[in-house]
Amino acid sequence: MTEFSTWDILRNLLLATRSTIQLSLATFLFGGIVGLILLFMRTGKRRALRRFAWGYVELFQGTPLLMQLFIVFFGISLVGLNVPPWLAAGLALTLWTSAFLSEIWRGCVEAIAKGQWEASSSLGMGYFQQMRWVVLPQAFKIAIPPTVGFSVIIVKGTAVTSIIGFVELSKAGTIVTNATFQPFVVYGFVALIYFALCFPLSMSSQFLERKLNVAHRNH
Amino acid sequence: MNYTFDFSSIGSYLPVLFNGILVTIELMAVGATFGVALGIFCAWARALGPIWLKPIVAGYVELIRNTPFLIQLFFIFFGLPSIGIQLTEMQGAMLTMVINLGAYSCEIVRAGIQATTKGQFEAGWSLGMTRFETFRYVVLIPSLQRIWPALSSQIVLVMLGSAVVSQIAAEDLSFAANFIQSRNFRAFEIYFLATAIYLALAITLRQLLRGLGWWLFPRKATR
Repeated sequence: MTEFSTWDILRNLLLATRSTIQLSLATFLFGGIVGLILLFMRTGKRRALRRFAWGYVELFQGTPLLMQLFIVFFGISLVGLNVPPWLAAGLALTLWTSAFLSEIWRGCVEAIAKGQWEASSSLGMGYFQQMRWVVLPQAFKIAIPPTVGFSVIIVKGTAVTSIIGFVELSKAGTIVTNATFQPFVVYGFVALIYFALCFPLSMSSQFLERKLNVAHRNH
Repeated sequence: MNYTFDFSSIGSYLPVLFNGILVTIELMAVGATFGVALGIFCAWARALGPIWLKPIVAGYVELIRNTPFLIQLFFIFFGLPSIGIQLTEMQGAMLTMVINLGAYSCEIVRAGIQATTKGQFEAGWSLGMTRFETFRYVVLIPSLQRIWPALSSQIVLVMLGSAVVSQIAAEDLSFAANFIQSRNFRAFEIYFLATAIYLALAITLRQLLRGLGWWLFPRKATR
């Protein structure tokens, strides 16, 4: 039996961390795009679109990420397509993220005073113009801290994709454990690597919140 | 797409599914009760506790909040036996849920405590209440009332997150779904059904917690 040094364990885990980072970034990007579309649907004037966005958010916030992953993973293969785990993982995480982000951003849009909508409306602006020039620039500032905070939840969410066989940090942890029989050390390292990824994000979210709040108090 | 959905094949596995639902509810009840209790203790320690306890609690909260639930579960269930702590699947799952919710609810409750003005403490003391009594009656109850909605959503999130305990073979709803899927190969149907059950559980739990909030805090919040 080969002996594994601590460095061997750590090196293999760090290699797998790249996949965690890639998946997190892709999820954040695509989830953000879909979330923005949902935000427009939710705050817009069309009743049917508002209902749809509401139902979408309820569905994805009210069910476990693990079940969404399984449904996407097994659902697409029903159509006869062979889905690689990374695609299923990315797709499910994108759908899940977009629901949460659109709900966070809706809160930020609703925090903008009603007078702003009325003022821009009285200037003859349409809904998209109002959003583009008046509401979103102001909502953006409020939205930064919770959005950065949610990115921590995305990084942690990618751990669940190991269950459908996507090889990222958690899956690598399981593989390395099976080879070394040292779960305490391996999962300890895995936890520390996740901590190293998430803690700076949490801290910057808190920092931004404090900083932007001070700016907010002054007017 | 030439696939015929067949939900009838689940019929003979209904007892398994039902058992899974009960285990999920059990996990949620234990996790929520003790998790919130731990959270309240940690919030007290972080906001008003002795100075040596603060960094310990802060470290615990940050460590848990910045690592995935799945890894905490694996560390507790697979890692701890190597230092001599052997747990059953259910104990491992429950312990992880309590520790996890404890850290999150600590931050939520602490926000409520910190929103209490200094005058409230002083009013309590001037009435001759001890520090504990002031905390219990003057600070904690209005704080909990203030943060109850946030706490409720966190409990729902933890219930949904508990789906991954099937990975250490705790026999919850997602474990039941995996089990049935491995027997009748009707993966999509059973996961669809399990997801619908989770959704129903989440909606019910949210309503229950809202009702509990009305029952626990009948008076209007004093701000």
